[in-house]
Amino acid sequence: MTADLFSDFQQDHFALFGLPRRFALDGAELDTLWRTAAAQVHPDRFASAGDTEKRVALMAATRVNEAYQTLKSPLARARYLLRLAGIDTAEETNTSMPPAFLMAQMEWREAIEDARHGHDVDALERLSRQLRQDVRAMEDELGAALDERHDHAGAALLVRKLRFLEKLDQEIGDAIEALLF
Amino acid sequence: MALLQIAEPGLSAAPHQHRLAVGIDLGTTNSLVATVKSGAATVLPDEHGRSLLPSVVRYRDDGRTIVGFDAQAEQSRDPNNTIVSVKRFMGRGLADIQDVGRSPYRFVDAPGMVQLVTRAGHKSPVEVSADILRSLRERAEASLGGELIGAVITVPAYFDDAQRQATKDAAKLAGLNVLRLLNEPTAAAIAYGLDNGAEGTYVVYDLGGGTFDVSVLALTRGVFEVLATSGDSSLGGDDFDHRIYCWILEQAGLHGLSAHDTRLLLTRAREAKEALTEHADTRITAVLSDGQTIDLQLSQATFHAISKTLIDKTLLPVRKALRDAKIGAEDVKGVVMVGGATRMPQVQKAVGDFFGTPPLTNLDPDKVVALGAAIQANVLAGNKGDDEWLLLDVIPLSLGLETMGGLTEKIIPRNSTIPIARAQEFTTFKDGQTALSVHILQGERELVSDCRSLAKFVLRGIPPMVAGAARIRVTFQVDADGLLAVTAREIISGVEASIEVKPSYGLSDDEITRMLSDSIAHVADDINARKLREAMVDADSLLDALDVALASDADLLDEAERAALDEAMQALRDAMAAESTKDINACSHKLNQASEPFAARRMDRNIQRALTGKNIETL
Repeated sequence: MTADLFSDFQQDHFALFGLPRRFALDGAELDTLWRTAAAQVHPDRFASAGDTEKRVALMAATRVNEAYQTLKSPLARARYLLRLAGIDTAEETNTSMPPAFLMAQMEWREAIEDARHGHDVDALERLSRQLRQDVRAMEDELGAALDERHDHAGAALLVRKLRFLEKLDQEIGDAIEALLF
Repeated sequence: MALLQIAEPGLSAAPHQHRLAVGIDLGTTNSLVATVKSGAATVLPDEHGRSLLPSVVRYRDDGRTIVGFDAQAEQSRDPNNTIVSVKRFMGRGLADIQDVGRSPYRFVDAPGMVQLVTRAGHKSPVEVSADILRSLRERAEASLGGELIGAVITVPAYFDDAQRQATKDAAKLAGLNVLRLLNEPTAAAIAYGLDNGAEGTYVVYDLGGGTFDVSVLALTRGVFEVLATSGDSSLGGDDFDHRIYCWILEQAGLHGLSAHDTRLLLTRAREAKEALTEHADTRITAVLSDGQTIDLQLSQATFHAISKTLIDKTLLPVRKALRDAKIGAEDVKGVVMVGGATRMPQVQKAVGDFFGTPPLTNLDPDKVVALGAAIQANVLAGNKGDDEWLLLDVIPLSLGLETMGGLTEKIIPRNSTIPIARAQEFTTFKDGQTALSVHILQGERELVSDCRSLAKFVLRGIPPMVAGAARIRVTFQVDADGLLAVTAREIISGVEASIEVKPSYGLSDDEITRMLSDSIAHVADDINARKLREAMVDADSLLDALDVALASDADLLDEAERAALDEAMQALRDAMAAESTKDINACSHKLNQASEPFAARRMDRNIQRALTGKNIETL
């Protein structure tokens, strides 16, 4: 079930939902478009159809869900826009970061570690909220870089930074779960 | 905005008779079967008017298998051959089963799944479950007066892939066509939501006999979207019985009981639990096999104290699900209680306190899952309902692969909407490496040893290349039943190798066919006639669907394509007229293949049409 089987659904994720190819996006509109498209192709609609239609529905529904999940997440959406523009975000290979950003990362890690050792769930929740603010600010920057300045190199760096923040958020979440459950 | 307009592509517009379909709640303690009659979902009772079928199977010494109340009545007398709560063992190896000593059964570790030693031989939990499902199928067919076109079987939302696969296998073994595996809390939400016209965010708290599930759902304009699900697949009402049982042992100073006495006291414990739902205290009496008399008084307060940790244990997955759904308890509009164990007042109080609102108990917690499954079955069978709605469910646990150093790499994260596919590329580690081992895992933990191993396979025939040059794409596909298929393929060399994997717990189709024919001996049904009937029904719906498709979208085909399709359709009609099962199946297969591009183009057009309307409306 690889991409080559979706030969009839080859448009990019934006075109699939009839959305302009840009970072700025109305989340509620995307939700509605997704539900509308999913309603057309969900395998439940084809449970009593023939094998072919069932198979095609499964592929189409998978395709629609994949597009939705890529566009819904700002990080995945930015990465996808850059890929469409032929830019590799090089998240695995390019680890050079401005020193100030790396310093901030270390401070975050220490704060998480302290809260974890102190079994302080409230502190972790506080860190999580702060981090989300940082994430949102960075997403705004990303929007400006992609939609207004068309600065691909700058956007790729922001994607790499956001990926760091996402990992931090994951670590906070794991720490909270480890303390609670 | 108006209700979502949902067309019914693929469904015949031609009027046809009501197709018999049922929803089955295959529970740890009790099972039920329900159907939609004249537009209303209703549970089908047995000939004595009883809705519940105790999930108890007894293999008697006269070679007969009995299921339900009769088996339950005999369980203390014949504990080794009377299987209760078999759902706990579905898709589980011996190492997975906690407190093996707690059950009166003798287990043997078989590849993939434990088996139970009975006088009827070694029984896999799949076979025992199939006996329960067969009994429900017979009840439904007797009550509805015809053969079922299919069934929706419910599973705990937190069931992993192995447990789901085992459930589907059991249904096939019972001769049921599985229309869909449906998550139990989602089924409850359908029954509740459609009844109450609910909108907003709801939590379903489902404490069954042996499993606990919690799902967070957003109900909007006819769409049931599961935002997150969590649970504990080995926590349920049985554990409350066990707490009382341990209390009895402690109070009476008992130890080293026989299987018979254990079963007797567990039964007394369950009765005490049920009595304490209505009364402030209850008396527990029993005469053990050595003549010793047990006579104890248990108060609600004591019961609450000894079961408090169990209730606290359910609130952890609740928090986890809310976290995953990114909402707080205050955002929840209502909490729907499901499962007989939610009748316990201390459970209702704890849930009410947690959410700051009394839970919703206006539907029978024993029946609501089966009713929801029946509503879904009715729609899937192609009986047009009055309401049109859509269900968007998720997978409960992350799926991943083993990578270097015994670590898990997540491919599909938990709570992803299904169906979903995700591909990841890997490469070779050594020069000239020609094979790659793929180990598929399910779970949230980082270490492979802490996750459930679903399957292992080796991709062979990779052409020798330098390390890191091969590109091996591993694709995970989860279907609408929440079942996983994995394919792996080397894409750079032109030499492609690919493999489809079924989880190691699943039975192969051959095994199921063999077990089916083994069990068919007692059925006075001509299997050939049945096969012909099934082939005709399938062919009929295929032709119906194509007629409808051609009526609306024939312009998507050029002349040659249209002619080829017409020819394949005529060939199938000829085969049907000749009543040859083999030819019908062959022609159906050909027609299916011939119509695939057409189906794909129509699917695409349907999406575009629906979205175009939506965009204009939104703008």
